[in-house]
Amino acid sequence: MSPNLVYVVVVGVLFATGVTLLLERSLTRVLMGVILLGNGANLLLLTGGRAGGPPIVGTTAEEEMADPLPQAMVLTAIVITLGMTAFLLALAYRSWHLNGHDEVQDDVEDRRIMVLAERDEGPGTADPETVDPVPARAPDGRRVAAGDPGRTR
Amino acid sequence: MSWLVPLPVVMPLFGAALTLLLVGRARAQRWVSITVLAATVAVAALLLVRSTLDGPLVVEVGGWVAPLGIVLVADQLAALMLVVSAAVTLCVLVYSIGQGMADGNEETPLSVYHPTYLVLTAGVCNAFLSGDLFNLYVGFEILLVASYVLLTLGSTENRIRAGTTYVVVSLLSSLIFLVAIGLIYAATGTLNLAQLVDRLDALPDDLRLVLQGMLLLAFGIKAAVFPLSAWLPDSYPTAPAPVTAVFAGLLTKVGVYAIIRTETLLFPGGRTADLLLVIAALTMVVGILGAVAQSDIKRLLSFTLVSHIGYMLFGVGLTTALGLSAAIFYVVHHITIQTTLFLAAGLVERRGGSTALDRLGGLARLSPVLAVLFFVPALNLAGIPPFSGFLGKVGLVQAGVSDGGVLAWALVAGGLLTSLLTLYAIARVWNLAFWRAPHPDMPEPGDGVRAARTEGAEQPHDDPAPAGAALPRLMTASTAALVVLGLGLTVVAGPLFDISTDAADDLLRRAPYVEAVFPGGAP
Repeated sequence: MSPNLVYVVVVGVLFATGVTLLLERSLTRVLMGVILLGNGANLLLLTGGRAGGPPIVGTTAEEEMADPLPQAMVLTAIVITLGMTAFLLALAYRSWHLNGHDEVQDDVEDRRIMVLAERDEGPGTADPETVDPVPARAPDGRRVAAGDPGRTR
Repeated sequence: MSWLVPLPVVMPLFGAALTLLLVGRARAQRWVSITVLAATVAVAALLLVRSTLDGPLVVEVGGWVAPLGIVLVADQLAALMLVVSAAVTLCVLVYSIGQGMADGNEETPLSVYHPTYLVLTAGVCNAFLSGDLFNLYVGFEILLVASYVLLTLGSTENRIRAGTTYVVVSLLSSLIFLVAIGLIYAATGTLNLAQLVDRLDALPDDLRLVLQGMLLLAFGIKAAVFPLSAWLPDSYPTAPAPVTAVFAGLLTKVGVYAIIRTETLLFPGGRTADLLLVIAALTMVVGILGAVAQSDIKRLLSFTLVSHIGYMLFGVGLTTALGLSAAIFYVVHHITIQTTLFLAAGLVERRGGSTALDRLGGLARLSPVLAVLFFVPALNLAGIPPFSGFLGKVGLVQAGVSDGGVLAWALVAGGLLTSLLTLYAIARVWNLAFWRAPHPDMPEPGDGVRAARTEGAEQPHDDPAPAGAALPRLMTASTAALVVLGLGLTVVAGPLFDISTDAADDLLRRAPYVEAVFPGGAP
């Protein structure tokens, strides 16, 4: 079938706004983005099938029936989106509860490297091989002084 | 025998419902979960035997004839994946039960753990068995939603932070997959994999490339392939040890499975083969360099996980029977070994109170059993003969050499380098955590047991782990079982390679799959 222009434009707008919101820091906006993107995807699924009368034998002539499969798929996708929306809302609420905001936070590693870069130190300084835990404990429980040749690594 | 096919999906789902009804009765929940997963292992093994002897088994769900209804197909590849993942999930379940009992939180607060875990298993099995693109999407969603819940168990600050990234990235990949499905349906009018074989072949080349690219992108995110892998090492390590283990073993491999399936069945001819090879090389090398730079065992293992996905893509990208066969073997090996290592890391955290390398030491002396449980799979991962990791890598190198192209040779070199660096990363963990003198902050054995008893039931599930607790027997036993399973892969490597070669041949010929679904030819 030939795609309907209105559909295509609406899907395009939904995707564009959805992606913009997805790039935000606040989880609530990300959630809005996900909902818009999900709806866009659902509409896109619908455009894949033929439009027409209700696909029930006896009510519509066979060549005028709508394609029921995309509708079934959209129903499934809507249910999944609903569940995801609920879960993301719960995440955002919990995040607000814990931190007072719902912003997506940095990767722990990223932040550590950033801090090191600000202090102008390489990431290697945090390496346990260069920073040996002194004083290590000797087998008999006695503290061993640093540089003791008997110390094993 | 085809009535067996839906069981790996249906049984865990029923089990999940039953365990949900049994909330508050921890003992009953445990027995239901163990029984269900043990039965799944048995069914999966039967499926593997039948599909090897008689060819793919097909079930039309609900009795609807093939292109109208959904089909479940258990060919050798799917059955093999089922066997390994069911066995691994069973071991991890036993481990988590051991952990829960050792922490003394029989009732608290995770009555949802068992149902969610079983739903996850059902989702994984559904993805493996699905003969329909939309059903594959549903399988992915089932396992992903379950994984969101498992990853944020206890909803502590750290897990919420990591979970947010994970959920948003997974949602994005699911959306891309869904859009690809919509486009494929619009272009071909079907989503049945066997029917798509002919119909996609009839499409114009550029359109096919777009569809293939979208599917690769969606599965690439799920499989944590290099430019799309940043989410994984951040999110996995924060989860409880058994959850991380099962995620590491299964979730990325479902993505790899989907790539193998679509690249061979729907889009043969290797138009993206070179792209796959380049990505494979980058995934291997960048991933392992990340691992070398880590100072925490769990994060380090997460990076090796990303890195070794590259080996599987290497095999897929070669598009030869030899390459595919080696890739399938490698998937089987990697599911087992990576899970074992994460379980061992969980034990290290219990014994040493941390997985940070600068706070550990002397574990080899303090806990020789743990040392063995870590050392054997670690060497296996690095590819030391005679372990299965070595055999898998030899298979891939052979496939690469017989291909002979420049890219293939580059990948052989990259693969060997990655193997070497994996050994280095693993040896570093071994030296720091196991061999050097015990760290002064390390808890004495028994410290944590007392601490755990006094804190008792308020303690959230393994977070933080009661440091220094003597290793619970059940946890050690299940880890040991997986170590033995990993060693067993070496013993049965011959027959296993036969199966994977058969599976690879069938995948490349495509006809066996189509004929199994449509005995009279595709409509």
